[in-house]
Amino acid sequence: MTNLARSSSAVLKTYSVLLFFLALKAAGNSSMAWGMKQVPERMSMNPALYLRAMLNPFVAMGVAALILALLTRMALLSLADLSFVLPVTAIGYVIAVFLGKVFLHETVTRQRWLGTLLIFAGAALVGSTSPDTTPIDITPAAEGPK
Amino acid sequence: MRWVLVAAMVIATVAADLLQSHEMKRAGEQSVSARGLARLLHVIARRRLLILGIACNAVSFLTFMALVQTEPLSFAVPASSSSFVLETLLAKFVLHERIGARRAAGALAVLAGVVLVGS
Repeated sequence: MTNLARSSSAVLKTYSVLLFFLALKAAGNSSMAWGMKQVPERMSMNPALYLRAMLNPFVAMGVAALILALLTRMALLSLADLSFVLPVTAIGYVIAVFLGKVFLHETVTRQRWLGTLLIFAGAALVGSTSPDTTPIDITPAAEGPK
Repeated sequence: MRWVLVAAMVIATVAADLLQSHEMKRAGEQSVSARGLARLLHVIARRRLLILGIACNAVSFLTFMALVQTEPLSFAVPASSSSFVLETLLAKFVLHERIGARRAAGALAVLAGVVLVGS
């Protein structure tokens, strides 16, 4: 086990990276969904169609934000367990429902709000556990070449 | 067609997350400052399994993109969460994470919530 002071600052860092990830993911998803609705062709196995879809500025901005979100999530995985990251980042679904309602005018039923509440409660419960339970701290020096 | 896309997305997502979690834990703590991100790119360039994980992410992302064009975001986003159960089990048995009662209960609540949001 690592000492207490170090682990509490590590938890703080974990939560800042988590917040940054959620913001990027929400912005990226919304921008991409908005842009894709303006793209006339159906996507298929043809990669050229995806590249053409990225000519839409909303799709392009969305992709940029989602790439940054991917890198941020990788940093998060270096700080916390996968079984911690998965439930706490599910807060992103709550944000997606909310943004879908406000900006894309999707309907939100009572059942969906109940689901949102459960995601919040579950994520809070997981968030109260120790983020990293596999403290095998391998320093680059101790590690052999890959 | 939409369930074929969902299946492809789930398989790619599980592979991507397992590879990335495994590799990032080995790479040590990273940050998201400008310098931190530059260092992270350097880490990625040196790790083949991490690159494979990102390739799986790309497959997962492209299938998601195809899905949101025809389905509402409120179907596509929760559908992508079916990987959740599989990944949590693999995190315990493959990555050897300690999943206590509280984390398991929280994960189940999140799962129930995601299903409710999606249906």
